[in-house]
Amino acid sequence: MEFRRQKDCLEISELDPFLAELLRQIPESCSYEGVEAAQKRIFSTPAVASETEICAEWKIYVEPELRRLFRTATETVTADLQQLEGCAKPFANCTLRIPAENAEAWLNALNQARLAIAAKYNFSDGELCDHYRSPIGSRRDLGLFQVNFYGFLQEFILQEPPL
Amino acid sequence: MQSSFGSSVENPVVEQETRAAEELDVPWQVVVHNDPVNLMSYVTMVFQKVFGLTKENAEKHMLEVHQLGRSILWSGMRERAELYVQQLHGYLLLATLERTN
Repeated sequence: MEFRRQKDCLEISELDPFLAELLRQIPESCSYEGVEAAQKRIFSTPAVASETEICAEWKIYVEPELRRLFRTATETVTADLQQLEGCAKPFANCTLRIPAENAEAWLNALNQARLAIAAKYNFSDGELCDHYRSPIGSRRDLGLFQVNFYGFLQEFILQEPPL
Repeated sequence: MQSSFGSSVENPVVEQETRAAEELDVPWQVVVHNDPVNLMSYVTMVFQKVFGLTKENAEKHMLEVHQLGRSILWSGMRERAELYVQQLHGYLLLATLERTN
């Protein structure tokens, strides 16, 4: 896999089928419906529970706005990922170009996915810091790999362009 | 006991007034809490964008969150503090609004 920062996009080339599949799973991984721990984390409370008025107003007025924001980011990423469907052969390496104007949506969607997966599997701090854990032997291990891979992509997007 | 100033102050009327804390302009603070998932570089970028901090100052707050578990990013009127917390939640950071003691 190679990363290049082009003038108007971020290019990820030589994507092998496994990593391409993990990218395809970003929108699905953002889903927090039915996973209480993920919902609780993504829509965390804005104040201590005793601030009942603030918390109640937040649910009514702010949460719908946040849902809309998160959905829009996920839709942008889903649209960009359509490029991966154009790979000529099923097991060929692919290239993905993220338009510069979509970088913030990608950061948001990757963060949604990382938080939802981490909440779903209740990873410990130790597990989250263990970047060299291998091999992938279970769905939980794959979840941890996803969290780290998506974090790696976030780091690439956040890198400042060379002067 | 009798007042030397006559009867006009013998039975003063005491008026009581209550106000909600917000009306008294109690300052609020925006607190960001540690989260093992969010990347340090991401948190720094968010502080720069939301509060307009320099990279050095944003990193200082990010390290405070990382090492001490929380950092106060801003304090002032409730309405603006709520707006900041909303923006931080939009970036999926753990942030709360707290009354300043």
